[in-house]
This record gives sequence, structure tokens and C-alpha cells, in this order.
Amino acid sequence: MDLRFSEAEEAFREEARAWLAANVPDAPLPSGDTREGFAEHLKWERKLHDAGWAAVAWPKRYGGRDATLMQWLVFEEEYWRAGAPNRVTQNGVFLLAPSLFAFGTEEQKDRLLPDIAAARTLWAQGWSEPGAGSDLAALQSRAERVPGGFRLYGQKTWCTRGAFCDAIFGPFRTDPAAAPHKGITYFLVPLKAEGGSVRGTGRLDGDEGFADVFLDGVFVPDRDVLGPVNEGWKVAMGTTSSERGLSLRSPGRFMASAARLIDLYRRYHASADPTLRDRVVRAFIDAEAYRWFTFEVATQMAEGKALGPEASASKIFWSEMDLALHETALALLGPQAELESGASDAADGGSWMKGYQFALAGPIYAGTNEIQRNVVAERVLGLPRK
Amino acid sequence: MRFALTPEQESSRRTLRELLARACTPAQVRAAFSGSERGKSALWDQLAEFGLLGLLADPELGGSGLGPIELAALLEECGRAAVPDPVLETSAVTVPLLSAWQSDPRIAAWLERLTTGRGLVLSALDATPYVNGAHLADALLVQVGDEAHLALRSEVELLPQESVDGARRLFRVSFSPREDSRVARGPAVSRAFAEAFDRGALAAAAELLGLGVRMIEMAIEHAKTRRQFGQPIGTFQAVKHHLVDAHIGIAFARPLVYRAAHSLAHADPERRWHVSAAKAAASEAAWRAARKALQVHGAIGYSFEHDLHLWMKRVWALAAEWGDAAWHRTRVANAILGESV
Repeated sequence: MDLRFSEAEEAFREEARAWLAANVPDAPLPSGDTREGFAEHLKWERKLHDAGWAAVAWPKRYGGRDATLMQWLVFEEEYWRAGAPNRVTQNGVFLLAPSLFAFGTEEQKDRLLPDIAAARTLWAQGWSEPGAGSDLAALQSRAERVPGGFRLYGQKTWCTRGAFCDAIFGPFRTDPAAAPHKGITYFLVPLKAEGGSVRGTGRLDGDEGFADVFLDGVFVPDRDVLGPVNEGWKVAMGTTSSERGLSLRSPGRFMASAARLIDLYRRYHASADPTLRDRVVRAFIDAEAYRWFTFEVATQMAEGKALGPEASASKIFWSEMDLALHETALALLGPQAELESGASDAADGGSWMKGYQFALAGPIYAGTNEIQRNVVAERVLGLPRK
Repeated sequence: MRFALTPEQESSRRTLRELLARACTPAQVRAAFSGSERGKSALWDQLAEFGLLGLLADPELGGSGLGPIELAALLEECGRAAVPDPVLETSAVTVPLLSAWQSDPRIAAWLERLTTGRGLVLSALDATPYVNGAHLADALLVQVGDEAHLALRSEVELLPQESVDGARRLFRVSFSPREDSRVARGPAVSRAFAEAFDRGALAAAAELLGLGVRMIEMAIEHAKTRRQFGQPIGTFQAVKHHLVDAHIGIAFARPLVYRAAHSLAHADPERRWHVSAAKAAASEAAWRAARKALQVHGAIGYSFEHDLHLWMKRVWALAAEWGDAAWHRTRVANAILGESV
């Protein structure tokens, strides 16, 4: 056990810190879940890519830096500490790409990964359907075999930033006669193609962050099938483990949130209830716990262990921690908590209420926490399914 | 950065687990709880032989010369087995305290007797009101402000205080310090006792993890075999989710404990609040695991015949001793918040 960072890790940290200090925009960008904000964020994404920071853990030839997992965690700590913008390329970089690395052909990786890193192709996740959320295997969208590929039919819903993206990735039914988890194939689907239409919808925070995607015969060539036909469930499960595990919400993000909460506490504690002191410390300790838990997991992965169902425990922990952290901030703010960014009295640009609304989605997306608890119970603790 | 035990540490931990499976069975834990065992236990010599008691002592004085990381790993195993003997009080607290003054030949002699299991020395710190197992001690190291005194058992007065955990024999220690009982005095003594308290807190946190893990295992076993409504109760989501919450608490407290151990091992300037974060998290996680395990067991777990309460009561004791969760969070707050009042 050696919890000190190596010289290479420290050097990497210094390099990232210096670049971020010189390049992170002074004022926060408008929300990336609005049209204007998304465009602003893309400029940032391209800047990040040009400097080689868009996907640090990827091989260089795809636009990365060949960084280790530990270096990626270090980069994330610096990224969020610097107050850098949320990543609107999140779904491509951290959800699709790990599936491509695990299941993609060389041709697919060469063709798709550089455009993901460079934010030239923008990807949304096309998983949920009106009748298939937590129960993903109930999905009804289907793909029919045609010469040279497939034609896709059906509706995907709650696609984050779908209205601003070029393509979706997700599972479609290719064998309706098979059992629910079989007969599913993973497709990479263009949105601006004949037969496709997208309708942005508002989320509870008012941003157009959701989209419905309607597919009526959109053609997908064979080369855009990810993994074997009828084995898409395996690909999807590979994605969920990246989603719930390290890559979706790295500890650096919550370390930065906890630091901001402490800063807020210093400004507001005189007017706040004394019991809030304990809640601030709890939030801080939880962020620390997630950080060190993740270093444990990263050590195991570096030594060859696959990220398994423990990822679900991680997702439960960080999503509930994030909620508690934001609720503590709102309690500190008292009557200012409800003020939105336009209000002159709003603290920190109204970002705490905005952040709270975002945090509320945490226990829902990437598989609700109820489903995650079932996964941990059955696959980590060994409790019976039936 | 490598956050994992070494193969040697893992192996030593496994060996202790196997030893305890044979030598510290639930029946023995129960016997200790019920007070049917008097005097030094048979387990004590085996723990001394294993090297657990002298883990932190110099090899010349019968010790293993290891550090807080090994201590945490091995005490987690002691918690798992609910070892009733005062292991924490000796290995984590008294041995390193005596080691600080081992240039004094009297102290060195006691240290060697302690690490080899031939004599028991316990410590009475200003910050801990009760001494567990003091009736068995041959000598006591007593803190009197910035002075350390060594007293024979016959020279102190012990006032027994019954614990909810029958295996813990607590005593309030009264002692009249004398010139010739003094081992050392001055700021270094206060520092040594403060460090001993932190090691006690770390060790308690590690034991709490092990206690929590074992209670969760008991509850999983029960949930798989107990049938109601025609099926194992472990198939019910309400039951599953209780156990997952208990598991998550322990799984996320553990890295804080080993991080704190690492900080003690490397004299990290932030080590005190690292220990506090660990003890706060482990205390609450183990307490929650106890609640959840009891709920999953239902009335069977509430019976005296079932072993669960032996583990649960140890949790109540250790969560409150060596600083409870609120006390430790206040210490973290004082270290990190820096508010101007």
C-alpha cells in the first residue's frame, strides 16, 4: 500500500493543473443542456481536444494520451477543482467509447473514436423507451434485416441532450421470438437520416435536456452494429458497468463539490443553524470515502480485475451523497435557496438549486437505485433472485 | 498510488482468520460474554504467538516491528470473530506507549512480557474513562496529565462498571501517583498519549468493520435459508435493500480506515482528522449494519440464544469508545472548516 502519487502521476497533475488554470473560462458557461449553452460547450470541448485532454486515458492514435486509470482520476480531480465546464460529450467519451474498446472492430474504433474525442460526432444514449426504463429488457424498438444492414423502428425517450446530437447508441430487438434478454442487438444510429426525427423536451429544471427519438425505417449499415447480432445485451451490460462505475461521475467532481460546500459554509455559517456544521462534515467525509474507494477499485483494475457489479454500489453511494450535499447547501442558504441565476441576491449564480435539481436525477438515471440495490444484493451479496 | 494490501499482509490476515475460526468460535465468544471464563483465555497465548500483541513493538523486545496498516488488517479480523480479549488495548495502545519509554529497563521488561503473552499491561488514558480487562492486568500504565506512571495491579483501585457487552470487563481506575511510579513527564508524554488514543480509535474502527462484515454475513445466510410466504426471505426486495445499505456503509468506510492507517504509518501531518473520518464512518456503518442485520433476522435475531447480539453489543461499545462518530466529526470539522467564529 502506497497512497502517495508517483512522480509520473504528480507530473501529470501539474501539467493538467497548469493547462486548466490558463484555459478554463473565467465565467461559468450557460447550461450545456440548452441549445445556446451546448454550442458554447462545444467550443470548450474542441479546445480540450486540441490540447489532448478530451479523453486522456485513450490511446494516442484515437486522440488520447495513453494515461493510466490513476492518471485519469488525477486529471478529473484537477478538472473539477478548476471549475471546468460539464462535459457535453460525456455520453460518447465515457459510455459509448468503453463499449467500442470492449466490443468494437478495429475499423469501428479507427473510424469512430477520433470523432468522439474531437466532439465532431455528438452521441446520445438511446436506451430507455416509453415502456422500458428500469426494465430495459422489455424494449420494443426493433431492427429488421435488409440488404447491407438493418432498418430501425420504434421510439427512444429521455435521451439526454438528444436534440443537439448527431447519433444515438443503444439496444434494439432483432429477434422478437427470443427470450427478453436474447435477440437484442446494439446499434449505432444516425439521427439526421431519412425516417428519423427528434423532439427535444423539457426537464424539470426547465432545460431542453431530454429528447424523444422516433425511428421509422432509419437505415443502419452492418458496419454500425456493435458486437455480434443478437448479443447486444452483453454490450449494453458492458456499458452499464462503465456508467455506474468510475467513468460517469469520478470522485474529483464530488471532491470539488464538497470544497465548494465548505466555502459556502464559511460564508453562511453565522446565519445558519449550528447542526448544519455536522452535515457539511458528513458530505466532506463521504466525498473522501468515495475518493478512496475509487482508488481501491482503480488499483484492482490496474492489476487486472474487471469492474463488476460492485459498480452498482458505487453509483448508489455517489448519487445519494450528491443529493445530501446539495440539500445541505440549500439549507445553508435558507431563504436564498430558491433564488435562480437572474436574481440579484442569488448565491453563486443560483448554482446550488440548479445543482440540486441535477442531483435529483442521480438516483434515477443509469438504472434507478432500486435496481442497483437488487444488482448488488444478487450479484455481490449472493441473495436469491427468486 | 497503490491502494491494496501487499500479498504478505493478505497472507498474514488469512492466517489469523483461520486461527480465529478454530480458536475463537461463537461458543467461545458467548462463554466470554456470559463470564463463564475466568482469568487469561486460551486464545491469548495463541494471539501472542501469532505476533498480534507485539505487532508494533521492536523485534528485540518480542515484537514484529510492523505498523498501523497491518494492525488495521488484523484487527478487522478480530472484529469479524468478535475476539473478546483486550487485543486493541494492548497491541494498538499499550505496546506503542511502552515502546516510547523502552530505554527504561523496567519498561522494556514489561513490554517483553506483554508481547510474549507472559504478562498483561493495560493503559488508563485521561481520554478513556474505563479500562477493559483491568482485573487481569499485572500492571497499568496510567496517564496523569503530562505524566506517565506505571503501577502494579495491587497499587491501583478498580471500580467495576458492567458493560452491555458482557465480554468487556470495564473498570474505573484510581491511582495515587508517586515519585517512584513515574515513567516520564512533559509535553512528549501528552503527545504519546494523544497518539495512543488515535491508534485506539483506528483499531476500534478496524474492528467495527469486521464486526459489521460478520453481521451482514449472518444476515445473508439467514435470508437465504429462512422461508416465509413459501420462499426465502432474501428474495424480497425490502430485505435485499436493507442488506445492501449495510454493505455499502461498510464498503465505503473501509477505505477511510486503511487510508488513516497509511497516514499513521507515514506520520502524515493530517493524520488526526484522517483517523477521525475513519472512526466516524466505521462507527456509523457498523451500527447501521447491526440494525439492518437484526431487522433481517427478525425475532430469531432478538433471542438471546442467537449469536447476533454478541456482535451487535460489541458494536455499541466500540462505536461509543475511542470517540464516537459525532466527536470525531467535530474533530474533522475543526480541521477542515476553518470558520472564523
